Amino acid sequence: MNTPAYNFAYLDEQTKRMIRRAILKAIAIPGYQVPFASREMPMPYGWGTGGVQVTAAILGRDDVLKVIDQGSDDTTNAISIRKFFEKTAGVETTTSTAEATVIQTRHRIPEATLHAGQVLVYQVPIPEPLRFLEPRETETRRMHALAEYGLMHVKLYEDIARFGHIATSYAYPVKVNGRYVMDPSPTPKFDNPKMDNCAALQLFGAGREKRIYAVPPYTSVVSLDFEDHPFSRYRFDAPCALCGSEDSYLDEIVTDDQGGRMFVCSDTDHCESRQAQGHRGTQSAAPHKEARHG
Amino acid sequence: MYVAVKGGERAIENAHRLLAHERRGDKDVPEVTLPQISEQLALAVDRVMSEGSLYDRELAALAIKQARGDMIEAIFLVRAFRATLPRFGASEPVETGRMQVRRRISSTFKDIPGGQILGPTFDYTHRLLDPELEEGFVPEEPATAACSEGATPRVTDILGRDGLIEPSPKADADQPVGDLTREPLSFPADRDLRLQNLARGDEGFLLALGYSSQRGYGRNHPFAGEIRFGEVEVEFFAEDAGFAVPLGAIALTECQMVNQFKGSATEAPCFTRGYGLAFGQSERKTMSMALVDRALRARELGEEALAPAQDEEFVMSHSDNVQATGFVEHLKLPHYVDFQSELGLLRKLRREFAQAQTEVELREAAE
Repeated sequence: MNTPAYNFAYLDEQTKRMIRRAILKAIAIPGYQVPFASREMPMPYGWGTGGVQVTAAILGRDDVLKVIDQGSDDTTNAISIRKFFEKTAGVETTTSTAEATVIQTRHRIPEATLHAGQVLVYQVPIPEPLRFLEPRETETRRMHALAEYGLMHVKLYEDIARFGHIATSYAYPVKVNGRYVMDPSPTPKFDNPKMDNCAALQLFGAGREKRIYAVPPYTSVVSLDFEDHPFSRYRFDAPCALCGSEDSYLDEIVTDDQGGRMFVCSDTDHCESRQAQGHRGTQSAAPHKEARHG
Repeated sequence: MYVAVKGGERAIENAHRLLAHERRGDKDVPEVTLPQISEQLALAVDRVMSEGSLYDRELAALAIKQARGDMIEAIFLVRAFRATLPRFGASEPVETGRMQVRRRISSTFKDIPGGQILGPTFDYTHRLLDPELEEGFVPEEPATAACSEGATPRVTDILGRDGLIEPSPKADADQPVGDLTREPLSFPADRDLRLQNLARGDEGFLLALGYSSQRGYGRNHPFAGEIRFGEVEVEFFAEDAGFAVPLGAIALTECQMVNQFKGSATEAPCFTRGYGLAFGQSERKTMSMALVDRALRARELGEEALAPAQDEEFVMSHSDNVQATGFVEHLKLPHYVDFQSELGLLRKLRREFAQAQTEVELREAAE
């Protein structure tokens, strides 16, 4: 039987070079979606295969990898992807945002400010910001080529006309470097301002849709809005119940079936670092421990 | 006191351990072997090889066993393995006209050179559950006859001699066949890429699309010109040797649909082709594929293209079951960050709605 043998970080070098070429092109044209010959990965499409391929293509032996999903290092898929690279690349992994050189993420941007030299790799389900306005790829490519983004503005305007404000709370469209409208992946719009003029390189991989795009360091990323309806970040009414943070994105935890709720940081590293520094919330928890099962 | 949920790593390990246990089932029941799957669930193996795009019965059988009989999961396993294989080159085109035929039927002519050969088929069986098959059934030896000497030319070639059917396009040596697993797909796609996409496409999806074209959503009046199943030799042109060397034989099913074409201002009316090809014995798949291939040629043949089966972007973007299942099932992944955003927005919208209602009521009360 053909027994499989795998290369460093799983992908063969030829494939990595193909992906790196796409990444370089993406960096050269910020916000432009570069088609690439996405491979079938050993995890399902839609579960981060684009991000995994980008990470595999840029990972070196000295890199320190962090993987988060929903802001947390401990969500099942983040664990699965981290283990994949531990197994296939043997690189050092971390949960610390500051220590990581490569951070693969799904749905969040870490709260801690990223620094130069870091790479943030986003997992992207639908890379095309215009897809839900126009299902055809042939059409949306033409619209990007002509920078014809009127349809998107009409959609945002219709939101305002109907609801009084823009009713998009995540995957909120941005304009990159004054040219391409880009989908920031399904991060909450709370995270959009972090993308602007960011010191780290931001790479976006969409495996199923076979697209890679990028925001180079220190590039302008502007959330679409109107002069009389400026972009606003989502605000929480309460601070984090564990670390007392007032400026982080919070998860709502259902604590009972009587309407009990509490709000805690979605970025677990941020929350734990703050607690380690002595910050306390209203329900400060004991230091996190791996819960014992049977 | 609330403690954030941890322990995902051990939960995953335990889940996989449980899966392995469930896969084996009751240990008092003998374990199924790969040769049993390959021999006795042969059509399942054929489908996994076709949609997995890898001709290897043993690996396909292993995939079916590992996937607990979940066909799309098995196809996925084979695909993920295939993606890691090095490519040495492309084989020479296989000559299905020289197939070692095990089954070959035409519904367009009563008799054809080489004859109609029913071969192993479910056709004309009465679908009555057979209790004899429960265990220990020993089938009769199959009937045999002397091997026919004559050739079994393709029915479409017979039609082609009179010019009644459009010729198959000639191969162009300077235009190598595309490979959508190596180059990203762009639209409009040529027929080589469309056929590759359909060959890898989900049998059920293609069946439904082919069926829809028969029911009037992009009707193209098909006849099953010929369906043949058997073995063909695969040859590879070896640069060193300077000639094509045989690599072995593979089992294939080929379906050539013959479809009506009314002609145009510049072209006389003639029959047109829809083509289906798959590994192993995969008749439903190849017939569906041929129907959809023909439907997707609407643009090329100057036909009106309004039905789903004729819509290249729609068909090709959604035919791949590994892609489809991944994206549908990814909804199982946590989405609570986005959901939180939506929750916040929804609460705000409801608050504003309630305020507006109250204002209306107050105004009405005041009037």
